[in-house]
Amino acid sequence: MILLWMIVLLMAGGVLAWLSKKWHPVLPRWIALFAILTDLILALFLWLGTPTAVTGSSPWLIRLEIPWIPQWGVNFILALDGLSLLMLLLTFFLGALAVLISWREINTKTGFFHFNLLWVLAGITGVFLTMDLFLFYFFWEVMLIPMYFLIGVWGHANRNYAAYKFFLFTQASGLLMLLAILGLYFTHGSQTGMYTFNYFELLETTLDPLAARLLMFGFLAAFLVKLPVVPFHSWLPDAHSEAPTAGSIILAGLLLKTGAYGLLRFVLPLFPDAALEFAPWAMLLGVVGIIYGAILAFSQTDLKRLVAYTSVSHMGFVILGVFAFNTWALQGVVMQMIAHGLSTGALFIIAGFLYERLHTRDIQQMGGFWSKAPKMGVIALIFVMASLGLPGLGNFIAEFLTLVGSWQANNWLTVFATIGLVLATVYSLRIMQKVFYEPAPTDRPLPDLTSREMLISLPMVAMILWLGLYPQPILDTALPSINQQLKAYQELEVEEKKVVLVEVPEAELSIEKSSK
Amino acid sequence: MSQNDFLHLMPLLILTFAALLIMLVIAAWRNHKIIYVITAISFVAAFLSLFELRAVTEYTIEPLLVIDGFAVFYMGLMLATALLISMLSYAYFEQQKEQKEEYYILLILATLGACVLVISKHFASLFLGLEVLSVALYALISYLRVRERSDEAGIKYLILAAFSSAFLLFGMALVYFSTGTMTFEGIAAAMSGYRELPMLLLAGFGMMIIGIGFKLSVVPFHMWTPDVYEGAPAPVTAFVATVSKGGVLGLLIRFFMEVDGFRYPTLMLIFTIVAIASMFAGNLLALMQQNVKRILAYSSISHLGYLLVAFLAGSQMGVEAVTFYLVAYFITTVGAFGVIAMLSDNSRDAEQMDDFRGLLWRRPWTATAFTAMLLSLAGIPLTAGFVGKFYVLAAGMNTQKWLLVSMLVLNSVIGLYYYIKIIAVMFQQPDTEKEPAVKLRPSIYIASVGTLAVLTLLLVWVGVYPTALVDMIQGMFAEVPALVAR
Repeated sequence: MILLWMIVLLMAGGVLAWLSKKWHPVLPRWIALFAILTDLILALFLWLGTPTAVTGSSPWLIRLEIPWIPQWGVNFILALDGLSLLMLLLTFFLGALAVLISWREINTKTGFFHFNLLWVLAGITGVFLTMDLFLFYFFWEVMLIPMYFLIGVWGHANRNYAAYKFFLFTQASGLLMLLAILGLYFTHGSQTGMYTFNYFELLETTLDPLAARLLMFGFLAAFLVKLPVVPFHSWLPDAHSEAPTAGSIILAGLLLKTGAYGLLRFVLPLFPDAALEFAPWAMLLGVVGIIYGAILAFSQTDLKRLVAYTSVSHMGFVILGVFAFNTWALQGVVMQMIAHGLSTGALFIIAGFLYERLHTRDIQQMGGFWSKAPKMGVIALIFVMASLGLPGLGNFIAEFLTLVGSWQANNWLTVFATIGLVLATVYSLRIMQKVFYEPAPTDRPLPDLTSREMLISLPMVAMILWLGLYPQPILDTALPSINQQLKAYQELEVEEKKVVLVEVPEAELSIEKSSK
Repeated sequence: MSQNDFLHLMPLLILTFAALLIMLVIAAWRNHKIIYVITAISFVAAFLSLFELRAVTEYTIEPLLVIDGFAVFYMGLMLATALLISMLSYAYFEQQKEQKEEYYILLILATLGACVLVISKHFASLFLGLEVLSVALYALISYLRVRERSDEAGIKYLILAAFSSAFLLFGMALVYFSTGTMTFEGIAAAMSGYRELPMLLLAGFGMMIIGIGFKLSVVPFHMWTPDVYEGAPAPVTAFVATVSKGGVLGLLIRFFMEVDGFRYPTLMLIFTIVAIASMFAGNLLALMQQNVKRILAYSSISHLGYLLVAFLAGSQMGVEAVTFYLVAYFITTVGAFGVIAMLSDNSRDAEQMDDFRGLLWRRPWTATAFTAMLLSLAGIPLTAGFVGKFYVLAAGMNTQKWLLVSMLVLNSVIGLYYYIKIIAVMFQQPDTEKEPAVKLRPSIYIASVGTLAVLTLLLVWVGVYPTALVDMIQGMFAEVPALVAR
């Protein structure tokens, strides 16, 4: 029930925030903050109450099942495992920051703004929790509309175009996923006679290779666009750069993660054979994304656009890791999801601070802020370093684990992916160079961070440091769930090894292993 | 006719009686409010009389009519929709200069026609129902005679509808010529021998499809739609878009189920082409429009295309999906035109994009209702439109209609663009503060506001908890032999 309450709280909070505008202009902000913080506390409470080593047993911590449309086999299933729990923590943490960051930035129609903000978060929470594919699609769409409004109403100059593009891309790809969900539903129904959208039941479906491939591409369409992977990324820079700061944080920090989450939760366990087939291509796309995103990031002059392209680059690691199919890589992916959410979110926040002061996002017009605003400079430095993967900060752990895992799957692609780290250094340092160190083009005063802004930044700094220095709790929490996603592959591997053992002598076996 | 016959025809009799009564009342005393109340009461009474018939399995009045669960459901749908439309009409017509009272007679008669359509099982009753519907519509569409567009639309509809009726009649004649009967089951029996349709019969069906297609406004018989939608008064447009189409669709389903038209690849091919063409033409042409009524007109063409996808599935699930989608579509369309009607004044309807600019900041509740309607048309979750579209897709997937299903998905994406366009306009900042010049007393709007609120709540309720509606549809259709056989 607690899972349901989390979603209900956000939705009800949203409606209340909208209505409360009439009574007092600040009330929506407090209501939104209160709703999100309550959820954050609930999630923390769940996390701390969880015994760390539940590896052996089922990874599911809580499950809730209520019949919804029994005629179609649709149930309202919410379930929580380590992966979902981590994602929820991230969601609520960034959600609370998004409310705080908008405290001064958003001054028009605050009621409706917070309604949208809370409903996006509710949609995202639902996506991370639901284990019924109908419901999953439902929440997947619920995130879109409010996000569209966030960009379209409160965005920057070119907001309408960006909002349209975002909406059409995600909606089109989502519909393909809906088709795939229906395909899976009917395949499973005709095999077993039980028509259901229940994820746990659908896992048992046996698919012939062609059907599996088609259905997997349906799911991939939605997730790869959301992630985004390179040929489908073009909505991202526009949406990210035109959105208000809170919108950018949610887009980069959370919406992209739903794509990664979908890959982990649905594509891997549902279509193991097809995914194995597709893996080299997916990893190739990942590497292309890493390098392409990095190069484009380097050539941007719009600060938010620059950060947006770094997301493309970082998300390349996610798909590289997901399709490596081993525990190392997936641990890396989970870490990457969290660390990227924090570091990129923080960079957008800094871009937001600068925009508020200068009313521009053009880095050509910035410079010399290190001496003018030292606090901001230090905080920016920390997150720029995180973004380039400096050891001691969260992103390093993530990228390291991902690369170790993907090396075992594909050596050459990993080599190229590593080049991405070098490029990341180049574009990250360019941010520092241009914005903070170079001599100032104009001599405008730049007030340093206020206490509210420090209140936003410092927890993020603490979090990213913690992730970098002591990531073990995160890894422990994610492990059972990751093993669950990989179960199908480990079985496949065991079978293969058995065959190998019969046929080839010991010496060759080790070669076989290392090339895996 | 026995007493039982009267009992089973009670809804129709109530409507007929109401039309006569209103005529007499007008002769004695012209008063908009009283006529409006009589209309509303008679719709409610007709609707309530359906509850008596709920459990009916199959009651035939030879040779013309049949009343079964399917008919009862569709009649209920028509009557409820007509009631809602009459609720929305009151404020709209209160501000017009014309005589308002005859409007309600015509509305009742048109509804009567649509109800006859869904219970007919004979060409004679079919044609009778269709003509009662059409003739009433000719007058309804051009009701506001001082408006040029309204006149134009009425004449256009008159000419084209008469033309299509002629086709329909000729088609019926050809079918009669080759089968020797005009009852649906007689035709079915005569056709059961054929594996392939003989040329003459096919020609007859083809011509009937022209007549039916015109009423449904599917491509290529859609030319009248945007002009009529634009010219007709907003509540009438809502009626044309919903009740008139729903009645014909109900008839089409009954006829096709009876004769099992799904066996014949030629007919399937025709309908497939019509469905795909309607989806594309409707959506692509809507992209270029600036007039909200015209956008909704083209969108209705594409929605009929979606409906045909489920219809072509040809299974019981398909019929359920069509019906569910129809309910969702009715709620949405009546709601959308209701908003337009509410924003209109006595000189013109609120149909330009400019009328909606910044609506959310001027009239937040109206704008929210309209946004919900548009999102439902676009098939976004939390609205009835989403569940409807889902049902249609599921029906199509279930019978492996891959082509149709993928076209539907593609078109949903195209369709999104223009719905979002209207929503985006509503969210823009208004350039100037403008308010309607003459405002009526707020009490007059109560009916409209209440109806819109009910529609919006229904929309969300069906979208969030469709179980009840699905249950109802399945329950009502469970006893219909033609459906259960499939």
